[in-house]
Amino acid sequence: MYLTTLDRGGVRTLGRVSGTVLALGTVSLITDVSAEMVTAILPLYLVAGLQFSPAAYGVIDGVYTGATVLLRLAGGYIADRISRLKAVAGAGYAMSALAKLGLLAAGASGPLIGLALTVDRAGKGLRTAPRDALITLATPAEHLGRAFGVHRTMDAAGAFLGPLVALGVLALSGQTYEPVFVASFCVAALGVLVLVLFVPSDRAPRPGVTRTPGSGLARALGSGLARAPGSGVARAPGEAAEARAGRVTLRAAARLARGRLLPAACVLGLVTIGDGFVYLVLQRRAELGLGWFPLLAVGTSLAYLALSAPLGRLADRIGRSTVVLGGMAALAGVYLLLWSPLGGPPLMVLVAALYGVFYAATDGVLMAVAGTVFPAELRATGMALVQSGQAAAYVVSSVLFGLAWQAWGTGVACLAAAVVAVLALPLMAVLLRRRV
Amino acid sequence: MSSLSRRARLLVTIVAAVLLAGFATGYAVLGRHHPRQASTGPVPGPALMVLSNGQLSTVAAADPRGPREVTEVACDRVHAAAATVACLEPVGALSATRLVVMDQRLHERQRVPLTGFPNRLRVSPSGRMVAWTLFLDGHSYATTGFATQAGVLDTRTGKLVTSLEDFAITRDGRPYRNVDANYWGITFAADDNRFYATLSTDGHRYLVEGDLAAKTVRTVRDNVECPSLSPDGTRIAYKSAVDGDPAKGWRLSVLDLASGTINPTAETRSVDDQAVWLDDRTLAYALQTSDGTNDTWSVAADGTGAPRLLVPGANSPSPLRR
Repeated sequence: MYLTTLDRGGVRTLGRVSGTVLALGTVSLITDVSAEMVTAILPLYLVAGLQFSPAAYGVIDGVYTGATVLLRLAGGYIADRISRLKAVAGAGYAMSALAKLGLLAAGASGPLIGLALTVDRAGKGLRTAPRDALITLATPAEHLGRAFGVHRTMDAAGAFLGPLVALGVLALSGQTYEPVFVASFCVAALGVLVLVLFVPSDRAPRPGVTRTPGSGLARALGSGLARAPGSGVARAPGEAAEARAGRVTLRAAARLARGRLLPAACVLGLVTIGDGFVYLVLQRRAELGLGWFPLLAVGTSLAYLALSAPLGRLADRIGRSTVVLGGMAALAGVYLLLWSPLGGPPLMVLVAALYGVFYAATDGVLMAVAGTVFPAELRATGMALVQSGQAAAYVVSSVLFGLAWQAWGTGVACLAAAVVAVLALPLMAVLLRRRV
Repeated sequence: MSSLSRRARLLVTIVAAVLLAGFATGYAVLGRHHPRQASTGPVPGPALMVLSNGQLSTVAAADPRGPREVTEVACDRVHAAAATVACLEPVGALSATRLVVMDQRLHERQRVPLTGFPNRLRVSPSGRMVAWTLFLDGHSYATTGFATQAGVLDTRTGKLVTSLEDFAITRDGRPYRNVDANYWGITFAADDNRFYATLSTDGHRYLVEGDLAAKTVRTVRDNVECPSLSPDGTRIAYKSAVDGDPAKGWRLSVLDLASGTINPTAETRSVDDQAVWLDDRTLAYALQTSDGTNDTWSVAADGTGAPRLLVPGANSPSPLRR
C-alpha cells in the first residue's frame, strides 16, 4: 500500500505538486478529452444525424439533474463511509466511459439517449467529490490552492483537445458520427486505467484518523467547523474536533451542513446566471453571427486555462477568501459589461477574459477552502455537499434570471444580476472569514 | 496494482493506449462506408419527390412503392412546387447548411448560406417564395430551451428575410413583444404574401397569420404547430402537442379556417413533421422508426380511413405535377 503517498506532501512531487495530484490531473485531462469529444458533436448527431426535432432535443437536453445531485451526495458519503475514495471515483469514471458505448447502443431512441447522458452525468457527479478529496489528502494545506490550480488547468486542457480529436475522428470516418463515440469510449477507458495504475489507493485509514470512537482527529484542520457533539466545547477551533470526530455517520455528515462553507457555496451559485445566458446576451449585444457562438466559450476557457494555476498560487499566498471575492467582483464586472453600452470585439474580449477570471478564481479555490474546513474522514461528503449546494443555487438563479430577462429585458436583467453580485460580496466576506 | 513497479505501470499504460488508439482508428476507418441508394429505374408521369437516405429521389405517384429514381443531390430537407425545387443541404462538422434553389431539372438557380440545422422547408404554391426553419443550437440556456429561426427568400426579386423575429406581433388583438419569440413551420397562401406559421412564446405555441410585406403576424389559435395550408386555402393541417405537452408527442389534425372546427386524422402515432397536402383530401408526412430511418405515410384529411405506408425509407415528400 502506498500509504506514504497519502501523507501530506506526498512522496513523489513534481515542482511542488504531489504525484497524486498530477496523476489525478492526467486522469481528468484524458476524461475531459473524451467528454468534450461527445459534447462537441452531440447536437450535430441528434439533429442532423438522427433528425430530432427541437422539442425532442429539448426533452433529451433537460436531463434529470436532480438525480445526479442526489448521487453526488450519496457518492461522497459512501466514499467516506467505506473509506475508499479512489474506488468510488473510479466507479464514476467507469460509468461515464460506459455511457459513451450506451450512446452508441441507444441508436435513434430518444429515451435511451437521455438515459445514456444521465448515466454519463451521474458518473461525473459521483466522481467529482471523492477526486477533489483525494487531491486535498495528498497536498499540504498551505499548497491546496496551487494543487487545485494545476488540476483544473490540466482538466481545461483536455476540454480544449476534445473537439479537435472529434474532428480528427470525423475526418477519418468520412463524417459518420458513431466512430466518435467509440473513440470517446477508448479515451475514457485509458483515463480509468491511469487512475487505477497511478493514483495510490486510499484503503488504509486516512492520515491522522484513527477509527476507534472517541479518538481524535490529528491536525484538526483548524477550522472550527468540525464541532464536537455533546462535548460541551463546541466551536473551540482546533481542539474541537479532538473529541470524537473520527466517525463517519449520517449525523456527522449532516453537521457539516451547518458550517459556513455551504451557505458560501450557495451564495456563489446564486450570483451565477449560467454560461448559456452570458453567451446569449453577449452574442446579441455584440451583434455576432450565431456561428461565433462557440468561440465565446473558447475564449472563456482559454482564460480559465491560463489563470487557474497562477490564481491558485496567489490564493495560497494572499488568502483564499480574497481570491474568491476577487472572482465574484470579476463576475459582477461581466454583468456590468453586458449591461453597458460597450459593444463589438472589445466587449467580447473583456467579457470572456473576466468570465475566465471568475471561474479560475472560484472553482478550484473554493475546493481548496473546503480542503481545510472539512475533517479528513468526511472530506468527500463535505465537498459533495458544497458542490451540490452551489449547483442547486445556480439552477434557482438561472431560472430567476430567465424570468427577469422576460419581464424587464436584457439590460435591466444584467444590471440586476450585477447588483446582486455586488451585494453578495460583503456577505461572502463574512461567510469566508477566518477561512484562510 | 500499485504493487507493480513504476516502469511496469508505464509500459501497461502505453500498450493499452496504443491498442485503444488502434481500435478507435480501425473502427473509424471501417465505418467509412456511406450506403448509397441505388436508382431502380426511371419514373414516368406524375411523381412524388422524396429524400431517400438524404438523396433527392422521385417515385411515380401511381406506384410510390415501385421503381425509384435516385439522384446524387444530397439534402436534409427538400420541397418542390410549380417549377421550383428547394433543398437545405446537410450540415457537416465543419460546414454550415445552405439553401439551394433549383429548377425542375435540378439546375441550381440560387444559393443562400445559412447557420443552423435544417428543420422545415416549404416552397409556395406558385414556386416563387421559399420558406425555411432552422434549429439553432443556442446552447440551450434554460434546461429545455432551444431556438429556431424561420426565414423567407423571394426567388423572383432575390429579397431575403433571414428571420421573422423582427415582425410586429399582435397577440389576442393586442401588440405583444417578448425576447423568447421563436418561429417555425411557415406555409404560404396563393398570393405569395400571406402566410401561416408557428409562434412559440410565453409557453404557448400559436398558429399565427402573417403578412410578409407589412412584416406583421397575429395569433389565430393556441397549440398549433407546423401548419400546412391546403391547396384550396380553406384548411390547415398541423400537429398539436398532446395535452399541450410536446414531451407527450403530437397529434396530426386538420383545422377548418372558416368554421374553426378541428378534425383529428386517423393517424394516432406521434407525428413530428410539417405535413404535405398531396391533393385537397390527402396528407403525407414522415414517421421515424426506432432504428432512425424514415417512412412516408399518408392519411385522409377528413379524419376517415386509416394511415397507409406511402413510400418506405423516405421523407420530405412533395407532389410534382409535370
